[in-house]
Amino acid sequence: MKNAVFALIGLALAFAPMSGYQEGIVVLLCINCIAAMGVSLLTGFTGIFTLGHAAYMALGAYTAAIMTVRHGINWLPAVMSGGVVAVAVAWLIGVPTLRLTGDYYAIASIGLGEAIRLVLENWRSLTKGARGFPGIESYTTRFVAVAFFTAMGIVMFNLINSRLGRELKASRDDRVAASLMGFDTPSSRMKALLISAFYCGVSGALLGGYMNFIQPSMFDMMKSTELTAVVVFGGLGSMSGALLGSALVTSVMEYFRDISQYRMLIYGALLVLIMVLRPEGLLGSREVWDFLPNRRGGGIKP
Amino acid sequence: MTATVNDRPLLELDSVDMFFGGVQAVRSMSFVIRDSELAGIIGPNGAGKTTVFNLISGVYSPSRGSIWFREQDITPLSAYQVNRVGIARTFQNLRLFGRSSALENVMTAAQNRYRYSFHENMFGNLSPCYRPDPDYYCGFVESALHMGRWAGREKKIRDKSMELLDRVGLADRAGQAAGTLPYGMQRRLEIARALALDPKLLLLDEPAAGMNPEEVEALNVLITGVHRDFHLTTLVIEHHMDLIMAICPHIICVNFGAKIAEGPPEEIRSDPGVLSAYLGDDGKEETE
Repeated sequence: MKNAVFALIGLALAFAPMSGYQEGIVVLLCINCIAAMGVSLLTGFTGIFTLGHAAYMALGAYTAAIMTVRHGINWLPAVMSGGVVAVAVAWLIGVPTLRLTGDYYAIASIGLGEAIRLVLENWRSLTKGARGFPGIESYTTRFVAVAFFTAMGIVMFNLINSRLGRELKASRDDRVAASLMGFDTPSSRMKALLISAFYCGVSGALLGGYMNFIQPSMFDMMKSTELTAVVVFGGLGSMSGALLGSALVTSVMEYFRDISQYRMLIYGALLVLIMVLRPEGLLGSREVWDFLPNRRGGGIKP
Repeated sequence: MTATVNDRPLLELDSVDMFFGGVQAVRSMSFVIRDSELAGIIGPNGAGKTTVFNLISGVYSPSRGSIWFREQDITPLSAYQVNRVGIARTFQNLRLFGRSSALENVMTAAQNRYRYSFHENMFGNLSPCYRPDPDYYCGFVESALHMGRWAGREKKIRDKSMELLDRVGLADRAGQAAGTLPYGMQRRLEIARALALDPKLLLLDEPAAGMNPEEVEALNVLITGVHRDFHLTTLVIEHHMDLIMAICPHIICVNFGAKIAEGPPEEIRSDPGVLSAYLGDDGKEETE
């Protein structure tokens, strides 16, 4: 049912007639939403605050760029590899740091995010350094972006409505109780980190294919903060809230593109406003369909 | 021990010590819980009752001594592994998954049922082996795509959980967020969640804490009923002497981390050590 709704939204986005400018916004929306879903799984559903997830986007973007430009590999395997490289690095980082919980991980993630960005900036022979990596073919068409968004969205909603979702929420709400229910909570957190890194990696790889150009400063602290802010904004523990938050922030930023110097002012004001009016975020920890009447809780229909 | 109780020891603590820094919370604790027994642990505040539970359930590992369950040394098992051998527990300070619904809370446990199978026929390995109950398990890809065995398994987990919620009288609250349930219901929800793991041994940590007399009476019925219906060995920590005395034929009394008496309620009631340590010198129950 939810899958069908998702597929319909995907079809509409993919085939509705649009101007080139609107197409660009849809592509950007899809890319940002993919990253937001990843961060939402980690922050909203597993309770791990991260301020370094732009680094995984950077890894995905650079992997895809290097593979397509330097080695002439087809874009599809390159994008997937972008996700896989992000997962591999996330695993290396997760092993020592996921014993940390709560705010401690957030501090560690700032350092890790910056470290990855600085490596990309200084490993000139591979990444062309701070001036950026030009000449990426534009493989991220509207259809590609929407297809990735739809497929990854369906998988994400399925996951949070099944075993894994319950496992992550359990270890978020009470680690001791979760471990006595049979969950090895550090490994639960690792699963969440790996999946979120994959989503961010793919999102970054698609961003490269859309912009045709990437540079390390696109994936700085600012971007990381934005990813987490969007999720908090939509509601921690609400996947549709993260999508809504991401869509809203992306569109507001686009709308005020003409007054680009003041955009951040409006962005900041918007965040403050939402946090004052709805401290739990737009949807709290509920999903969009929980607001519909006559539905029982628990995720699946009986 | 009563005649109906199987004589095989299910749980055995063998001179267990637990230190927290310089403090000795449990000292050379030894006792045996037999199969299908309903036993109770009593003792004043800070006597180390909950620490004993934390040791059995693997939240702490003992500084010295060993813990045996069904003739297997479970001392090295972590908290997340004890449900596999068949131990489940509730908590003194409720530890529900507050933002999930009551049903989801139980489903979270039910999806982790383990089945006990003997490996030795195939591999000559004498230690028992536990694997996820195939009726309640499905793989990652099936979950991600909601395909294959997913729907059937999910239905099974859901049905089992509803059945247990019904057993503790919470079926009509299935959809409500656990954190918003009244206190007494949260306690019963914890019991349902523990039962969902299909345990052999159920540890109840102060199940009647904060309940009024009527609720305690209902809880009494629930605990004895569950003990009987599920063929469960049950170990209860309790402050309410009435509850323990009424339902447990086997009582262990602890004070300052050490066992000071053990036996049926009549013996405990008249034991001089218990009277001075727990009930007060004049033999009256302590006021709460």
